[in-house]
Order: sequence, then C-alpha cells, then structure tokens
Amino acid sequence: MTQVALPIVDRPAEKKMKRDHTDAARAFVTNPDRAPWHDESLWFVRSKRDKQAASLPEWEYLRSLASQVKTATIARLGEYLVEFERNATNAGATVHWAADAKEHNEIVLNILRDHKTTKIVKSKSMLTEECGLNHFLEDNGIDVVDTDLGERIVQLRHETPSHIVLPAIHLKKEEVGETFYEHLGTEKGAKDPKYLAEAARGHLRDKFLSGEVGVTGVNFGIAETGGVVVCTNEGNADLGASLPRVHIACMGIEKLVPRFQDLGIFTRLLGRSATGQPITAYTSHFHGPRDENSELHIVLVDNGRSKLRQSDEFRAAMHCIRCGACMNTCPVYRRSGGHSYQSTVPGPIGSVLSPTRDPKEHKSLPYACSLCGSCTDVCPVKIPLHHQLLAWRKEIGFMNLLSYDKRMSMKAASILFRSAKLFSLAGWLGRTSLKVLPHWATHHRFNTWTIARELPQPPKESFRSWYAKNRKSENSKGKTS
Amino acid sequence: MAVALFIPCYLDQFFPNVAIATLELLENLGQEVVFPTEQTCCGQPMANTGCSSDCAPVARRFVEIFSPYDTIVCPSGSCTSMVRNHYDDYFEKGDEKFEHVKNRTFDLCEYLHDELKIKELKIDGKPIRFPHKVSLHQSCHGLRELRINSCSENMTKRDNKVRGLMDLVEGIEWCTLSRVDECCGFGGTFAVNEPDVSASMGRDRVADHVASGSEVMVSADMSCLMHMQGLIRREKTPIQVMHVAEILAGKSLPS
Repeated sequence: MTQVALPIVDRPAEKKMKRDHTDAARAFVTNPDRAPWHDESLWFVRSKRDKQAASLPEWEYLRSLASQVKTATIARLGEYLVEFERNATNAGATVHWAADAKEHNEIVLNILRDHKTTKIVKSKSMLTEECGLNHFLEDNGIDVVDTDLGERIVQLRHETPSHIVLPAIHLKKEEVGETFYEHLGTEKGAKDPKYLAEAARGHLRDKFLSGEVGVTGVNFGIAETGGVVVCTNEGNADLGASLPRVHIACMGIEKLVPRFQDLGIFTRLLGRSATGQPITAYTSHFHGPRDENSELHIVLVDNGRSKLRQSDEFRAAMHCIRCGACMNTCPVYRRSGGHSYQSTVPGPIGSVLSPTRDPKEHKSLPYACSLCGSCTDVCPVKIPLHHQLLAWRKEIGFMNLLSYDKRMSMKAASILFRSAKLFSLAGWLGRTSLKVLPHWATHHRFNTWTIARELPQPPKESFRSWYAKNRKSENSKGKTS
Repeated sequence: MAVALFIPCYLDQFFPNVAIATLELLENLGQEVVFPTEQTCCGQPMANTGCSSDCAPVARRFVEIFSPYDTIVCPSGSCTSMVRNHYDDYFEKGDEKFEHVKNRTFDLCEYLHDELKIKELKIDGKPIRFPHKVSLHQSCHGLRELRINSCSENMTKRDNKVRGLMDLVEGIEWCTLSRVDECCGFGGTFAVNEPDVSASMGRDRVADHVASGSEVMVSADMSCLMHMQGLIRREKTPIQVMHVAEILAGKSLPS
C-alpha cells in the first residue's frame, strides 16, 4: 500500500476555485426539461455505437490490439516522437515542440505574426481548448473562428464545449436558434435544424474564404511517415487546411501511432465508438504542405503528458483517442451535463485527467462516479477508467484532500467494523431509532439519503441474532484448520 | 467442506430475510453452512471513499476471520468483488491466507452456477414456483467486475448466470427492459455524495422496470435494491423488489 507518486503539473496562475461536481450538477440534473432529454440524446448515440460494435465480430480483438499498440507507443514515446519529427520534416513540414500550454500558444501566435495574420479558422481541437488558445489569441488581437458547427455555437455563446465530440450537446435547437438570431441574423424563433445548419454553413463559408491561416487538431500522428490524420464529420478541417496557405496542426504527444498500418485499427474504432458511424465522414491525411507556396506547421504539445507517463497507475489514460464513448455511456455524465465537470474534458476520462493537472481543484471529480464500470467496457483502447477513478480517490485520501466530515465518518466506520460487538450495537441503535422515532426525526435534509428516498424498514432483529437463535452457533464448525 | 456465509453488513442489520434465504438455499442444496459471527464489513465504503488506512485493518480482519474456511459465499457481487479484486493493496504479495480468501470467495450466483453447477432446484421434492412478472436488475459489480453475465457495452458473450438459475424456477414471466444493464445510481457512498444524480438514475431505472410490466424487480445485489426500494416507497411506485436468493429459496412475493 504505497502512495502512487503522481507528478503534478504546475497550476496555471489565474483560476477561480471550482465548485464540487455535486453542486455544479444540481441545476442541470434536477431540471426536468434538461437532464432526461440530455440523457436520451446521448443514450441514442451509445445505442448506435453498440450496433456498430456488434457488427464487427472482431470488435473485442480490435480493442485489445489498439490497447497494445498504444501501450507499446507510450513505452517508447521519445523514440517515436523523434522519428515522427524527422519524417515530418523530410516531408516539408515544420515541427515545433511545446512543453506546456503557454509555449504552445506562443508558438501559434508567432507563426501568425510571421505571416502578419489577424484572422484564423480553427477546426475542433480539444488540445487548443486545453491550452486556452482562443482566449490567448483574441487577447493578442487575432480573430478566431471555430468552424466545427457545435464549437462555433458555443463560441458565439461564450461557452465552452460540454462534450469533446459533440460540443453543443447541452443545447436545444431553440437555444441555437436564439444564438443564430442574435449573431447570424437568422429569423427570430427559428428552430429547424436544417435551416439553422444552412445558415451556419453560409456564415462559415465566408469565414473560410477570409481566413488566412487554418488551425486544426490532430487525431493521429504517424511516426513512420511523419503524417498527421484529422478526422471530422463536417469537412471543416479540410476546408480550413486547404483554403488558407498556412496550416497549423496542434497535436498532443500521445496521439502517435508507430506505423501507417496501425492507423486502420484506430480509424475503425474511432468513428464507431464516437458516434456509431463505421468511419468518420472525412479522414484526411496531411503529409507535408500541399505545395511549395504552402506551409504545414505541426506543434507537438506535452503540457503534463510526459509527467502522466511516469505514473504506473494512470499511464494508460494516455491511450485516449478522444472518442467520447465514455461520456455517452456514463450515467452520471448523461444526467449532469458536461459543464458540471468544469474542465476541458468532462466525463470519466476527464475525471481521470483533470486531477492530474490539479488534484485539489478537481478533487470532487473522481467521486462523480457510481463505479458502474461501463466506461471501462466501452473504451475502445481499454483504459481501465473506473479503476483509475477509484485509484484517484485513494490518491486524494493520501493527499489529505478529503473533507473533514468524510474523513471522520470513515474513521468512525473503521473503528466500528473492527468489533462485532460495536457493529451490532450500532445496528441495533439504527433499527431501534427507526422504529421509535417519528418519521421526520430520521428523514430530513441533513440526512442526504432521505432527501429523495426512504430508509429501509427496520426488521425486528438482525441476521446474526436470528442465526444465534435458529442455528447452533458453532463458530469453529467446518473450519479446515 | 463447510461454506462460510459472508453476509454484507447492511444485509445483516437491515435485510435479514435475504441472509436467511441465502442460508436456507445453500442448506437446501446440501451444503454445510456456517456464519462466522465475528464478521462485520468488507471495508468497501472506506476503500471507495479513498480512506485506505481506514480500510486496511478492516480488510485484514476480514481475511483473519474467513481464511479458516474452504469456501466463502456472499449474496452480493459488489462485496465479493471488493475481496477478490480490490484487496490486493492491503496484503503482501504471496500472503497465503489472503490468496486463499481471494481465490475462494464467490458471489452466491457464481457459486451455484460455476461451483455447484446446479441443474435443478426443489424444496421438499417439489419444484419452486414464482408465478409473477419479473424483471432483472443487473448490478454493476456482479456484471462488470465478476462477469456474471454479458454486458451491453462489451461484445464478449458470457453466460447469464442469474437468469440461468432463475430458469430453474417455474412460472416466471420475464419482462424486458429498454436499458438492460444501466446503473441504478446506488454506488455506495455515491448515493449520499451525489444525491441528486443518484436519485435521478434510480428513478429512471425504476421507471424502466415499471414500464416493462414487471411486478417485481429482482437482483443479485441488495444494495441496488435498497436504494431503489427507498425511491419506490417514497414515490409509492407500484413495484416490489426481491433478492434472487429469496426466489431461489422459495419465498413468495410479500403481499
């Protein structure tokens, strides 16, 4: 029983204290117009994923293979990164190394300044969300347009994505209609998805044409070829990377696969796991800039990843291909909404990753989980998510970050459970008070169990006292020794 | 060859009927069963809160109490999984008593299905009848940590051990759920740490069972049922809950 030495990344300077997940989720989960609808929408996505997974007899084999490839890649990550850099450079790309979010943002800004650019179009990238690129660039006078429809919607609303694949899944079509009425001049009260999507298309098309640099994320980097692969359903990354002369691809260092032939394992898993599609509509490969007048910059970002790599307990979290399947299946996520996690990546994988950045700030997240284990079984790269969440709780205990009442209640329980006599006495007290006290004295708002539920009806005796009366109490009977 | 009954703490104190049913069921199958009276709790509440140092003495005490027995049977997948899958932290590698307890602790349904391999179930020579509409609540730890059934996310086909045992009982009319194995939201201390989400998950599960036309929701883990029964009684929902052991022991639906 040793403490897992988890290296902690330095805390970014400006940050307001996070609320506990319980408090942050309350308004959403108790809203009858919100939580059940959100739950159904995401359950629908998970059901589509189940159908797709079931259609491949080799599904579980693919998951194992993907997990093994990732384990092997992470084990020799340094070598693969150098190989990737060499091959990407040979293909004509410029590779930049960023130790953290700040370096990443500055590298991107410097490229933009070199090109005297003030307008960029950006496709969905959780990495740039993680680094806070948009705010940084806007503060430096750059006009950033998110081109993924969902991301554009949340950008217009000054919100953050609530899901890594479906950034605006927390919004209803009426709300999107209002936002578009306000920002894009669509008709007031419009809620027809086709009309709204068409309006966004027209709006974004202008932005694409006027964007001077395109920024994309990266789904996979291939060490063997030095190429990067971007998967989208809207084709926005392709327009963003093809219309402007300069393409900046921002990539977390864990996105590597060693060989081109490994890629197929992941593209088969990604689309199916994410949205229940056999493959994403666009799987675009970028091997160097498209011509001699163009530039491809690849920014490799660490930002805590190589420290996460040092942890035996949490290293497998680096397998993540950001498909979002763990969110779609998580019964807690579906009912509490992504914003309740108050971090870039919500849901089970977010609850594992966020505390690695700041355990104190995110200490409630590993507890926003019933330990049902569905995330572990759905994960296409076999991250043992619910076991990692449990491991995080131990870490939080070791770090003494638990609240006083939690610590004391568990200390008391531990003492109680070390004596059958004390335990029986406590049980008797519990049953008796339920029998003799009025309902209001046991069912009140300070007893959290009873806010929504009744306590069990007290039986007349415990099993152990029944046993003492009805069976010969030969405690040593039947022992082997 | 005695079987030691490992009765979860909350069953002992609040659901003795389930423990009695488990005992009678095993005795009816000719097993010599003892209840080691020093037992209390496996320590899962402390472990799942992150209080390892509070869990450790409870886990070591558990192993001391149960290691003298050949086989340990528990009518809860969750408590069984705690001992089998989560005790390693508290013991030295190769600790013989621990290894024995870890390898020989079974969930009740696993024990009947895998160890005893029972093919029929009779009481006083007569088949057991349970002429009711029944729906199965699959408790997560039995399902995903002990693998007592296939689960909907995972494409590996496995035996449905609970259903296999329930099929030895006559008269059951099975009701189908729209979500066959979603979590009920109990989750131990989760139920009090996240009361709103927990209750919302529980209500959704109960509603699914009610919509299936079921009269009684059956599970191999009473903890889920305790949580859902709490909601059912508060909201006066027309459905009852029973542990699998009660039905296999020939108990009838409480009127």
